[in-house]
Amino acid sequence: MQLTEIRIAGFGGQGVILSAIVLGKAASIYQGAYATMTQNFGPEARGGACSAQLVVSDSPVLYPYVIQPDILVVMSQEAYVRFGSELKDGGIMIVEQDLVRVSDLNKEIQVYSVPATRIAEDLGKRMVLNSVMVGFFTAVTHLLDPDAVRKAVADSVPPTFRELNLKAFERGLEYGTIALSASPSLAEEELQAQYSRE
Amino acid sequence: MKADPRGVLTGVHFMDGDHACCEGALAAGSRFAAGYPITPSTEVVERFASRVPTVGGTFIQMEDELAASITLQGAVWAGAKAFTVTSGPGFSLMMEHIGYAAMTETPCVFVDVQRGGPSTGLPTLPAQADMMQARWGSHGDYEIIALCPNSPQECFNLTIKAFNLAEEFRVPVMFMMDECVGHMTEKVVIPPADQIEVVPRRHTHKPVDEYLPYETNGDLVPEMAHAGEGYNFHITGLTHDERGYPNMTPQIQDKLVRRLQNKILQAADRIAMFEEEQLEGADVVVVSYGITSRVAQRAIEAARGRGLRVGKLRLITAWPFPDKKIRELAAKVKAFVVPELNLGQMVREVERAAAGQAKTFAVPHAGGGVHNPEDILKVIVEAGRCQTA
Repeated sequence: MQLTEIRIAGFGGQGVILSAIVLGKAASIYQGAYATMTQNFGPEARGGACSAQLVVSDSPVLYPYVIQPDILVVMSQEAYVRFGSELKDGGIMIVEQDLVRVSDLNKEIQVYSVPATRIAEDLGKRMVLNSVMVGFFTAVTHLLDPDAVRKAVADSVPPTFRELNLKAFERGLEYGTIALSASPSLAEEELQAQYSRE
Repeated sequence: MKADPRGVLTGVHFMDGDHACCEGALAAGSRFAAGYPITPSTEVVERFASRVPTVGGTFIQMEDELAASITLQGAVWAGAKAFTVTSGPGFSLMMEHIGYAAMTETPCVFVDVQRGGPSTGLPTLPAQADMMQARWGSHGDYEIIALCPNSPQECFNLTIKAFNLAEEFRVPVMFMMDECVGHMTEKVVIPPADQIEVVPRRHTHKPVDEYLPYETNGDLVPEMAHAGEGYNFHITGLTHDERGYPNMTPQIQDKLVRRLQNKILQAADRIAMFEEEQLEGADVVVVSYGITSRVAQRAIEAARGRGLRVGKLRLITAWPFPDKKIRELAAKVKAFVVPELNLGQMVREVERAAAGQAKTFAVPHAGGGVHNPEDILKVIVEAGRCQTA
């Protein structure tokens, strides 16, 4: 795994930091690589802007911060506006499709959308949207071994919610696998059918 | 002696530097902390407070940093290993009691997770601007030990080392973290308790009627007795004789203060810890510590990529300053480059120890972030071009 810079951004309460912890743990503990996670947040417990920076690599991570992300995960419009432009050319952007409207992209980037909050609500708890996101991330980026991430999810959430989070992870993984394999329009249709609320 | 397994959270963790520091303190056998919350250090004692109910021990949230820094010393004299945690503004308030710990030879650890200053400064952002304060902050002549971790793993390992040095030399040890290292999360491996070496208290073996609290037997560090054990117990910040009683003559002052300095200075080579890389044949040596050592590494590698011969010296102990190491290197290299998150602190020490044998270049940064590696690279290139001093 070459040095990869990842930024995950959204608002407090979405599990932004926990997502980064899970991915960092998967890389550094369950996959034998190196990971460094740092975070920025406002004084609010919930609702304020929140972002996590994760650098993963096969060799020890020296510089701990993200300079220009290879992968950007945005879970709020504010995060998109603030960080959207810093993504590397050829990078991957993952968006919470119900909360972020992607526009004015003038770079060669791949955008993958997932209604993580809606999927989490379908599972019965909005709180697990971050595990959906982590699953989706795992599928579309191919950066980490799904099994390593699965272990990291199980290891990072309270025992009472372990099963639910693992289910959320699998849903996100599945959604991402479909999004990746199908042609864009077909995937859209298939996914809409599977996850529409009606 | 080996660590008490009750305090050792053996395993592989993904943990930030603040939490790793707390686990290091617990592994070292600390069972008492007193503190007053301040960003970016609060997580250390927050974790301590949540861990001691199961490990055994006490955390007291004090009314302020003055109280915290003296309460922990009371705990030490009652037999505990104790520490406190703060950041710049609180560290300033603790200076009086750091001097008290130096004078009374109270083994303890002061953790300073450095943030931008002066005054309230940048509560959530990094700096390394308390380095001179750690050395010179309290009044009077005294020597201190200060350690600088650069990763969560080192926050664990070196916190144990800080407690061990405190016990060995009966000195307050300054644990100089920075916001980056404190809030950075990485893999931290905590070994089994039987692989962790801890230094016990230098407790006297003498009977009650033969014991003198500040009598030394050759190695400059006196043995302790704890309150309530029946020993004559008198501790004072006043200049004192071997009995621990005030004795304010120039002769006693000279003897005491010189011993306080010499117990550290004479062991300076043994205390000194640094990481070195490609110093042999180097033209330029980058001297750094804490988070800046990791940022500098990028610049060092880029400079080597351009064919420059660049060595690295990372200070793990900042105080006592490794004069000897710098002096030896200064005779062989063209220049030192010293990046740090302040406007010039340890660079003065490098310059002093180099004593004109090699040039010294600062790469200052006022804090609030880390250096851009490019800025360090530029100075390395400039230093490489300079003529030998």
